[in-house]
Amino acid sequence: MNSRRYILKTKNLGIDFGGLTAVNDFNIQVRPSEIYGLIGPNGAGKTTVFNLLTKVYEPTRGQIYLDGQNITNESSVKVNKLGIARTFQNIRLFKNMSVIDNVKVGLYHSQKYSLLASVLHTPSYLKREKAIEEMALSLLRVFGLEEFAQVKASNLPYGKQRKLEIARALATSPKLLLLDEPAAGMNPTETSELMETIKIVQDKFNIAILLIEHDMKFVMGICNQITVLNFGTVLACGTPEEIKNNPDVVAAYLGNED
Amino acid sequence: MDKLKKHFLGQNKNRTICLSVVLIAYIVIEILMQTGSLKSLFINLLVPVTSYIIVALALNLVVGVSGELSLGHAGFMSIGAFTGVIVANVTSSMIPNDIVRLILAIIAGAIVAAIFGFLISIPVLKLQGDYLAIVTLAFGQIIKSLINNTFLGFDSNGFHFSFITNTVDLATGGKMLINGPIGATATDRISTFTIAILLLIVTIFVIFNFINSAHGRNVMAARDDRIAAQSAGIDIVKTKTIAFVLSAAIAGAAGVVYGLNFSTLVPAKFDFNQSILILVYVVLGGLGNMFGTIISTTLLVLLPELLRFLANYRMLIYAVVLIVIMIFTNNPTIQGYIKKLIKKNRGEVNHE
Amino acid sequence: MEFLSFLITGLGLGSVYAIIALGYTMVYGIAKMLNFAHGDVIMVGSYVAFFMVAQFNLPGVVAIFASVLVCTLLGVLIERLAYKPLREASTLSVLITAIGVSYFLQNGAQILWGTDTKIFPNVFDLGTISLFDNQLHISVLTLVTIVICIVIIVALTLFINKTKTGKAMRACSEDKATAQLMGISVDKTISITFAIGSGLAAIASILLCSTYPAVNPTLGSMPGIKAFTAAVFGGIGSISGAFVGGLLLGILETLAKAYISSQMSDAIVFLVLIIVLLIKPTGLLGKEISEKV
Repeated sequence: MNSRRYILKTKNLGIDFGGLTAVNDFNIQVRPSEIYGLIGPNGAGKTTVFNLLTKVYEPTRGQIYLDGQNITNESSVKVNKLGIARTFQNIRLFKNMSVIDNVKVGLYHSQKYSLLASVLHTPSYLKREKAIEEMALSLLRVFGLEEFAQVKASNLPYGKQRKLEIARALATSPKLLLLDEPAAGMNPTETSELMETIKIVQDKFNIAILLIEHDMKFVMGICNQITVLNFGTVLACGTPEEIKNNPDVVAAYLGNED
Repeated sequence: MDKLKKHFLGQNKNRTICLSVVLIAYIVIEILMQTGSLKSLFINLLVPVTSYIIVALALNLVVGVSGELSLGHAGFMSIGAFTGVIVANVTSSMIPNDIVRLILAIIAGAIVAAIFGFLISIPVLKLQGDYLAIVTLAFGQIIKSLINNTFLGFDSNGFHFSFITNTVDLATGGKMLINGPIGATATDRISTFTIAILLLIVTIFVIFNFINSAHGRNVMAARDDRIAAQSAGIDIVKTKTIAFVLSAAIAGAAGVVYGLNFSTLVPAKFDFNQSILILVYVVLGGLGNMFGTIISTTLLVLLPELLRFLANYRMLIYAVVLIVIMIFTNNPTIQGYIKKLIKKNRGEVNHE
Repeated sequence: MEFLSFLITGLGLGSVYAIIALGYTMVYGIAKMLNFAHGDVIMVGSYVAFFMVAQFNLPGVVAIFASVLVCTLLGVLIERLAYKPLREASTLSVLITAIGVSYFLQNGAQILWGTDTKIFPNVFDLGTISLFDNQLHISVLTLVTIVICIVIIVALTLFINKTKTGKAMRACSEDKATAQLMGISVDKTISITFAIGSGLAAIASILLCSTYPAVNPTLGSMPGIKAFTAAVFGGIGSISGAFVGGLLLGILETLAKAYISSQMSDAIVFLVLIIVLLIKPTGLLGKEISEKV
């Protein structure tokens, strides 16, 4: 099987914390322009998988391939440079910085200039800062955050903070975007709005998206493929239809509702 | 007009405020000096206060902007001061012009301090939080010890160096540059208030420009959330090293201006207490608030002098003032009370 | 043999550092603050003991009691007046306040008792014992110091682990809010922590002055810095860490003074500290704090 067909592929990925096996034998294959869902009960290990993929945690076993390249031994920073960006379950914005500065931080890789240029505000600095400003504003526009550009990130309402985190992640020009419960704490209107935004993002930026969510309407409505995680291992994998009707999944997680 | 606006307002607003205040203060002080209205006590404080402001700004770059506690910054000031003394003394015959010599010394001091800053940052930035702070304290002590045990002389044959014990044998006409614990003696006092203010202005430009750049944003992101910053592609150690080395260079430059203002300078002056003093200036002015640092440093350096009439009690009062200010600015009950007072005075109706 | 002599002296010095370090580490662990004024409480303890013995000609034992009493009260008073209002503030703000308290104590001492150095009388001279055919001479006071340190560590560890108050202290160090919800008086627990730390500081001050009899307003400064370093070195927040850190620091300092250079001994000690922290970034016995992502 040619791993180049997949933007993300893992082989028996696993991690133990002391005596506790949190994730075991995790296998996933995400295609380049797919929206892929990762669901499962609380404590199943979904965020742990994200932490493994972004190298916040070191895997105990297994391999990770990004666009055919083995990234298992790379650092968090390198993994981002190679093309994975993420949001966090508990929102990790740069609280003391403005909305637009949060996004600008993500844009650092694309318009670099020297320290001397920074300190002296040379024409090179001015030119690149202008480009950064424009790119940042256009990203904010996608999420309807342009008017809040100068607001301190911690002063944004909750729903907009989640959106800002996605904007920042997108600024790093990823091939794969990991979203950890992007709709958490949102009301139904905000949730459908987010669904639309994610579809637009996937289309406009031509990236793959792997998302964790508990809102089943959201997951079933937007994902092409779903993996169900339970007790740290894969319980089932398939299209939304297949997952909805899988008796093991229903028993472990979905229950007898829609 | 738009270009002017961009350079002085918006992002650069705070920079403009700081520069304006410094320039106005300089002009006022110069006028007062020319008309002989300033007490000599105050005149003698001009260079030291300006030097301390520069060091405090440098420390704010590390503590406020980069979010790391440094308890040894007096060490960089010390390195700068003694480098400056060496350079100024050694080139005194080659370069008779005091101003040129001073500027050369400042550049030398900044570079040497930056090198030490880089070397120190290698172990320091591998650590976090209190452990990082303790290592900066340790380095400050090590620097003080090293200079305290350095015997450096200069004569027609060049440099003579010995460590711990003084075995320096100078030819006639030679000079002891650093005499162990006695430090530097018979230094030409070539520091001027004008150069000090110029250095302060350069510092303000450098620091504000740094903050309003990609490098500054990266440092602040690393400060606000380490893990999120890494996930956005920021190399934490590299980013913080840049801020740390820049800070060391600025502190070193300030040290030169400070050191060349005195005919004698002992290494013991730049001890842990000095580092803590500068930290107090920074915290009281507000972390990351450069304008606040300028004000707080000026006030806190002048305060003991203004309180001289209280004789022995002045440091005691200083201590009490410090404690009271910290409690006032941090206690939520008192803060709430003050907020209520402000609201009342603004005429806002408070239905509670 | 000479080495053994230095080792024992080092253990003696280290024991004093360890006792002081306990104050730093306990307050850090439970009140989550770096009490920079701790060294100056030691200074006050020294002066109290000095006056008891030199001025009032009271026996050494009374001096010890008086010193412990004054320091304990002082510690609790400082906590209530200066630190308690800042319980919710940032660590840096509390640090600055502690510095203010330190200045206050030092300058207060200067005003009350002058800047001149007083000599602590030789009240606790217990003589020396000779071992190994008169090849090794050990000061009994040094041995007593080491024993006192061990006794304190053991007593403190038992106290923390076996008593209700000790449990309360452990709870507060983990999570103050939850401890409070469980009915623990956080105020009382923190006061007791400061009381114990300051009381121990008094004992340390007397042991310190018996060996290094110079008493002046800044006497607590250097031992304070070193003991703080020892606490971090051993792993801040850990009692056994303070013990190990203090002893090692004392041994290092003494050996450095003896074999390398007296003037560079401080620098050498700090250099070793840096190297240790590079190998074990959270101190010798410190816990790895991992962040939940």
